[in-house]
Amino acid sequence: MAEALAFYTLSILILGLGVAVITTPKTVHSVVFLVLNFLCVAALYVVLQAEFLAVIQILVYAGGIVVLYLFVVMLVNLKRQPEEHQDPRRLAKVGLVLSGAVLVELAAIVVYSYGREPSSVSAPSPAFPVQGNIEELGWLLYTDYLIPFEVASVLLLVAMVGAIILARREL
Amino acid sequence: MLDTLVIPLLKIVVLLNAILISVTFMVLMERKVIAWAQSRLGPMRVGPYGVLQAIVDPIKLILKEDITPVKADKMLFSLAPILSLVPALVAFAVVPFGGDELFYVADINVGLLFFLSVTSIGVYGIILAGWASNSKYPLLASLRASAQLISYEIAVTMTLVSVILTSGTLSMVGIVEAQLADGVWYGFIQPVAFVLVMIGALAETNRVPFDLPEAETELTGGFHTEYSGMRFSLFFLAEYANIIVISAVTALLFFGGWLRPFPNVEALAFLDIIPGWIWLFGKIFLFLYLFMWIRATLPRYRYDQLMRIGWKLLIPIALANIVVTGIVKVLV
Repeated sequence: MAEALAFYTLSILILGLGVAVITTPKTVHSVVFLVLNFLCVAALYVVLQAEFLAVIQILVYAGGIVVLYLFVVMLVNLKRQPEEHQDPRRLAKVGLVLSGAVLVELAAIVVYSYGREPSSVSAPSPAFPVQGNIEELGWLLYTDYLIPFEVASVLLLVAMVGAIILARREL
Repeated sequence: MLDTLVIPLLKIVVLLNAILISVTFMVLMERKVIAWAQSRLGPMRVGPYGVLQAIVDPIKLILKEDITPVKADKMLFSLAPILSLVPALVAFAVVPFGGDELFYVADINVGLLFFLSVTSIGVYGIILAGWASNSKYPLLASLRASAQLISYEIAVTMTLVSVILTSGTLSMVGIVEAQLADGVWYGFIQPVAFVLVMIGALAETNRVPFDLPEAETELTGGFHTEYSGMRFSLFFLAEYANIIVISAVTALLFFGGWLRPFPNVEALAFLDIIPGWIWLFGKIFLFLYLFMWIRATLPRYRYDQLMRIGWKLLIPIALANIVVTGIVKVLV
């Protein structure tokens, strides 16, 4: 009961803040709404008993990445109003197709997961040689999910090298 | 009901009041310590040796006129001081003042990460204060501050990884208990990490020699130039609360928290007469004094020196420390 209440309250907050992010005229305000949105998502993770994910969500997204957004937003000149597009609806068709695709995808996921047995979702967790939320997560990352984990780190490394090369053309 | 709601709420009320009161006396202590360092007397007028200055100052700040600049962004201008104070206070939730459940609000299994993530939110207060003031110097200060805080946050977080490797847990209570089990304060087996965390703590709390965000000679005050009255003092509450919480965490991680010195030496068992929380308070007090001592001693770094220390010195050493700790951990 309390869990459901928390879930729905947070969901409403997350959706509302998400709408606020894209409708607020001032860029800095929308970044602030984005931070609040990320904090609510972290709270949602806590409700789902994924404390580690919640804390990482705050540390990486709210505390790190969005600070850089804000940094950039403050550096560019925001006093100037953006020029009106000649045709505000020039990308309407592309937007319609894309949002339609996302909608179909979401519907497919809902339909697919609806028919499945609930027991397969909460399958009995494999026997871990370690105890605790983070310990089990670490165990899984370095056993079953070792290759995806390493590939993700290589991806981040590539992004970092790319950023350095873009920033300093002659090395 | 009593255990899940009333007792934690009581603990929170006591803790918050204790922090706020100790902050007012910390300001007095800082003025006194710096005065003595410079062969002055410091505040002497109010009460014996100026002790009551700690009570008079907050009253003055509350009574002062609160000015909002006309061209400021009203919403963010009022939000910024709150955003910088609240994370500093929330971080105390995971600080245990003793091993017994009576002495902490929460002991979660991601305690140390919770502390890091909550304090990383505090940077928004500074950035938004500078931007919302709609004034040149605060904006410059907040740009400096954001670059500084992010750089040193990376260094501190990486340094703490080696402490986590040593203790094998992220829970604050767990880390102190691991020190009891190992029979040694981690300051002795991780001296490099301790020095890095102390440097990082100075930078994270905008203290001398890293106080560039409030360099008054260059920035007419810093990110809070346009603030007055109680809002201005909220920033200072946040800064001092941050200093207390980071001193407490350093004492817990490196100086055995509520453990007596040399917890493995039986001959010193008579020291256990002194309760654990007094040991911890004593250690926190020493760190607070260290912060003030450094402020009275060192000049401010230049901005490029600050960045060089952060990125070219602290982060590589922290990475090397993780590798060394890992190798030692595997071998031993």
